[in-house]
Amino acid sequence: MPERAAISVRRIGHVTVEGVLRLGYAARFIALTLLHSGTSFRRLRLVIRELYFTGVLSLIIIVVSGLFVGMVLGFQGFQTLQTYGSESALGVLVALSLVRELGPVVSALLFASRAGSAMTAEIGLMKATEQLSAMEMMAVDPIARVVAPRFWAGVISMPLLAAMFSAMGVFGGYLVGVVLIGVDEGSFWSQMQNAVDFREDIVNGVIKSFVFGIAVTSIALFEGYDAPPTAEGVSGATTRTVVTSSLAILGLDFILTSFMFRGA
Amino acid sequence: MATDNLIEITDVNFAYDRLPILTGINMAIPRGKVVAIMGISGSGKTTLLRLIGGVMKPGQGQVKVDGRLVNELGQDDIFKMRRRMGMLFQFGALFTDLSVFDNVAFQMREHTHLPERMIRDLVMMKLHAVGLRGAHRLMPSELSGGMARRVALARAIALDPMLIMYDEPFTGLDPISLGVIRNLIRRLNDALGATSIVVTHDVEETLELVDYVYYVSDGKIVAHGTPEDMRAATDPLVHQFMHGEADGPVPFQYPSANYAKDLKLEAHNA
Amino acid sequence: MLDLWVGLFVCAGIGALLVLALKVGNMSGFSAADTYQLYANFDNIGGLKPRAPVKSAGVVVGRVAEITFNNDRFTARVALRIEKNFKFPTDTTASILTSGLLGEQYVGLEGGGDDKTLAPGDTLKLTQSAVVLEKLISQFLYSKAAEGDSKK
Repeated sequence: MPERAAISVRRIGHVTVEGVLRLGYAARFIALTLLHSGTSFRRLRLVIRELYFTGVLSLIIIVVSGLFVGMVLGFQGFQTLQTYGSESALGVLVALSLVRELGPVVSALLFASRAGSAMTAEIGLMKATEQLSAMEMMAVDPIARVVAPRFWAGVISMPLLAAMFSAMGVFGGYLVGVVLIGVDEGSFWSQMQNAVDFREDIVNGVIKSFVFGIAVTSIALFEGYDAPPTAEGVSGATTRTVVTSSLAILGLDFILTSFMFRGA
Repeated sequence: MATDNLIEITDVNFAYDRLPILTGINMAIPRGKVVAIMGISGSGKTTLLRLIGGVMKPGQGQVKVDGRLVNELGQDDIFKMRRRMGMLFQFGALFTDLSVFDNVAFQMREHTHLPERMIRDLVMMKLHAVGLRGAHRLMPSELSGGMARRVALARAIALDPMLIMYDEPFTGLDPISLGVIRNLIRRLNDALGATSIVVTHDVEETLELVDYVYYVSDGKIVAHGTPEDMRAATDPLVHQFMHGEADGPVPFQYPSANYAKDLKLEAHNA
Repeated sequence: MLDLWVGLFVCAGIGALLVLALKVGNMSGFSAADTYQLYANFDNIGGLKPRAPVKSAGVVVGRVAEITFNNDRFTARVALRIEKNFKFPTDTTASILTSGLLGEQYVGLEGGGDDKTLAPGDTLKLTQSAVVLEKLISQFLYSKAAEGDSKK
């Protein structure tokens, strides 16, 4: 029995050491990506192309999800506020929930599933079919040409998508609260405007989505680049991207929230 | 100092994670010739190509290409050297998001400042040389295996390299495509005045094509010579490979326990 | 064609940000250039926080900039940032009031009748501290007890 325990402990130690090693390798990869970003700025075409695939193609899911989340907030919020007689504060509830938390977090989770996994699959596949090796043999640095443009496209898209999610969400809350249920339109907007502060809430939300964008894109690109060059390798990497990104988003959200909204 | 040999590999050892892949390799590839590196899967042939291209560095020994020590070059110099090399990967490795035309034009656009009109002419010429000028608008997903490999070949010779490397060019091709590729390897080599290295385990096609053969087994060069020499070789290891014998120094049976034991005959008898 | 979509995407994103900033939030905050500072000392600031509004006649004229503790006098020194075009006479009273019954606290300014106006950096002389619930209750109990006594 102690022998089995010893093996388990050794296993845990091994896995931890492997994990730390991998983290270091990932950090070095991200640093390389940043260093080789010169090409991305000199050849904006590459970044614009990637912006299309990460940002524009994610629009539909972000906008629709934002609308639905806002509408649900409207319904649920109204139910709860009604018990305290504060239905007019519905705008405040919807706006603050979205701008501070749901906007950055949910849009980041959706982005990780849609754009992040796509990036991982693309790069993993390029690795498996030796396209990255071919590029290297042609004296073109694959990190500068393939990885870096995707990194900047992801970092730029994320805050924009989060803002669109929040805006659609507020609209959804308005649709349900004012148009459907009948909360007073004037107090909906005026109380909201009084409660939502630009610097405290909106800017903090944007900062959050920036951080999430960096995290999700880095994880997606690294998993793709590091994937074993086989079919199973790529599919495993894609799954890992979604799981690791989601955990990272939620963990970072906790850390950022505790910093930002501490004494408010 | 221009020597007769484009590539000289001296006393090279290479190991990956302490697992020895190549030991004591000595090779000389003369200019203008087509040389084959043959061996069974896993013998280390592709690693040799990577060492020549500077993608990996040997643990010991020297790799000299055109008089320069590849294993001691800095990143920039290695990139410059690679622009004079072309490589054909096993299944083409065409960029799937670019058309045939853009694939061939890739190196020209990345490394030169040639105007688009000139690039267009050059791409058409390269595609014509491999017989696929009419396919320039197609995407890689629309090509057959043989066509994809020909486009990859056009891409490999885009900048008129001095060295063309082929990684298993005959794998999985039908007899006609095989003939086409074999024909192209020889013709392009002579037309460009280049040197070619063909890594393969396809004996029949290769012996008709090349000027010299190196046979690698278990990370060492076991035999080398002209195709006639190799065909007539008496060494059992070489003979088994060249004539495709099912059993010989490379055994038919994977190492296993005693047959009777596996069938549990002994227990039965006991 | 690609460029068109990407351009639209970026525009939409920035548009969403603007909508959030202007319609959802209150970006009509004051920039530091258009304001001047006044000070007021309170015995108790209650629940007053920095960035709380400063109102006069119910209209927001500024924000609370900073709250510090005066160790010599054991009072709170509150820095108020007032919009430049609003001038207050030197005998203005600053009180800490609560919006609604249980809402957030703010500073209310009630103008006096003096000719001279406060210059940037001046300190208001008349202040009224926040109402502390415990003191109010003990006051009420005490006065009730006194009433009971006097009736006897």
